[in-house]
Amino acid sequence: MTALTDDTLPVTSRGMRDEMIVFVVMALLLASVPFTGVYPFFVMQALCFALLACAFNLLIGYGGLLSFGHAMFLGTAGYCSAHALKVWALPPELGILVGIAAAFVLSIITGYISIRRQGIYFSMITLALSQLLYFIYLQAPFTHGEDGIQGIPQGRMFGVLDLTKPTVLYYVVLVGFLAGFLLIFRIINSPFGEVLKSIRENEQRAISLGYRTDQYKFLAFVLSGTLAGFAGSLKVFVAQNASLTDVHWSMSGEVVLMTLVGGLGTIFGPVVGAFVIIAMQQYLASFGQWVTVIQGSIFVICVLTFRRGVIGEIAHYFRRSL
Amino acid sequence: MQALYAQLLVGLINGSFYALLSLGLAVIFGMLNIINFAHGALYMMGAFVAYFLLNLGGINYWWALLLAPIIVGIFGMILERTMLQWLTGLDHLYGLLLTFGIALIVQGVFQNYFGSSGLPYAIPDQLKGGMNLGFMFLPIYRGWVVVFSLVVCLATWFLIEKTRLGAYLRAATENPTLVRAFGINVPRMITLTYGLGVGLAALAGVLSAPINQVRPLMGADLIIVVFAVVVIGGMGSIMGSIITGFALGVIEGLTKYFYPEASNTVVFVLMVLVLLVKPTGLTGRAA
Repeated sequence: MTALTDDTLPVTSRGMRDEMIVFVVMALLLASVPFTGVYPFFVMQALCFALLACAFNLLIGYGGLLSFGHAMFLGTAGYCSAHALKVWALPPELGILVGIAAAFVLSIITGYISIRRQGIYFSMITLALSQLLYFIYLQAPFTHGEDGIQGIPQGRMFGVLDLTKPTVLYYVVLVGFLAGFLLIFRIINSPFGEVLKSIRENEQRAISLGYRTDQYKFLAFVLSGTLAGFAGSLKVFVAQNASLTDVHWSMSGEVVLMTLVGGLGTIFGPVVGAFVIIAMQQYLASFGQWVTVIQGSIFVICVLTFRRGVIGEIAHYFRRSL
Repeated sequence: MQALYAQLLVGLINGSFYALLSLGLAVIFGMLNIINFAHGALYMMGAFVAYFLLNLGGINYWWALLLAPIIVGIFGMILERTMLQWLTGLDHLYGLLLTFGIALIVQGVFQNYFGSSGLPYAIPDQLKGGMNLGFMFLPIYRGWVVVFSLVVCLATWFLIEKTRLGAYLRAATENPTLVRAFGINVPRMITLTYGLGVGLAALAGVLSAPINQVRPLMGADLIIVVFAVVVIGGMGSIMGSIITGFALGVIEGLTKYFYPEASNTVVFVLMVLVLLVKPTGLTGRAA
């Protein structure tokens, strides 16, 4: 059994310098979007999914744990933020905090349960847990079932930033995304991240070296789930609704697809993957169910021929880690 | 009491499907080391093949019961030969991702042509009507589904645990290289095993067509419940899969009667409880 990323990370020169340069370029490109005439709503949506995919990638790419239920954090944080903003009329910053807190609590509970099994069972458990939450949200009164929570007020962040203005909202979402991204970047390059990678490569050996691998995996799960919740809270301001689609298994599958296309275990891959998949959905929306068929085909093609993903291939070609 | 028995029967029927599907998953996982996410989509294909056979070819239910698993099984074997076999030696999760992609493709294609609504499939004449058992009214078709599924499950168990072919199969699961050294064509056995597992799913699809209607997404949610069943029962034992499948169906049926709000979630809640008490699953070894 070869490890997950045997052929995805040919790290000969592992320097954080390259990664910082790419990060600055990415941040500048994203910051200039409002001046280019690109539809900001599309980019904001993609940024939320990019953050979600990065959070997911923290678990699969660095911990070797394939969660097939990450939509539950996105949806839970979304519902809680939406409820806090609309019913409790909290200001945006507190609304986001409520969503993050909800995702944090949920990830502690689900992490405690799912970490008990490894490999393929872990994926099935996370999928089943997210389906459990889907049915709970379908019946719970505060989510308004099939309708979802609609018409969420965007309000003024910190009392000054008027989020009803698209440009202001765009920069708030961008700052949120970059903050989340940097945090993940920091986690990956910390001693904790190194231990996580060793667990991915060979858990038995990590145990024999004296690491309590379950605790590392649990912490990675909680970090990943909480950050995914942050993405869900941000998304509420962009979409102005919270609905069952965000908790559905197909959403979990989309997150997996984004990360796979961009490159599992690469730092920038999930961002690229999110933009590719969201753009594809935008341009192919008129094809109806064929979008599902195309997504399935991308899965098949990626797994059979393109396991490194876009960024993984580039990194492999230049023999860098990106 | 009538309602309780009726729900118990529904539970047994769902349990039959859980048992047939989790049995196929376990057999496939044993040989291919792949969790077949496409299992729900292939179950749906079984129902659709039966529908096509009846409406396009005028071929009745009884032949469909035989032909649909064979047709879908051959489709599965083509999938195995063209795609799944290339995953040998890679991490488990690639198998899950690949079969998830296949499920999306199959379900998407059927949704394009048949929408999301159900197509009716009539109960065959010989199984129409019902009989009065004194304590409840038993629709004959429903009784037939439970009995026939049980027979198929036990036959599969017999095939794998008690026959020479099954012995090869179990040996190849343990150590494929050694079995090859004895001159047994293991790759062909893997292909046939996948065909067998997929055929069981298609058979469940044919059985469910007259009860649940034929819908493109009929397998999509079912497969997630079956995953929970597999987590609860573990994939180590064939008989374990059968018993867990039927038992969980019955528990779900009882929940429908006593506390209907939880009938969708009870299997998942049980999964959580089992994981908290016995993380390896009821019959499973550490995995």
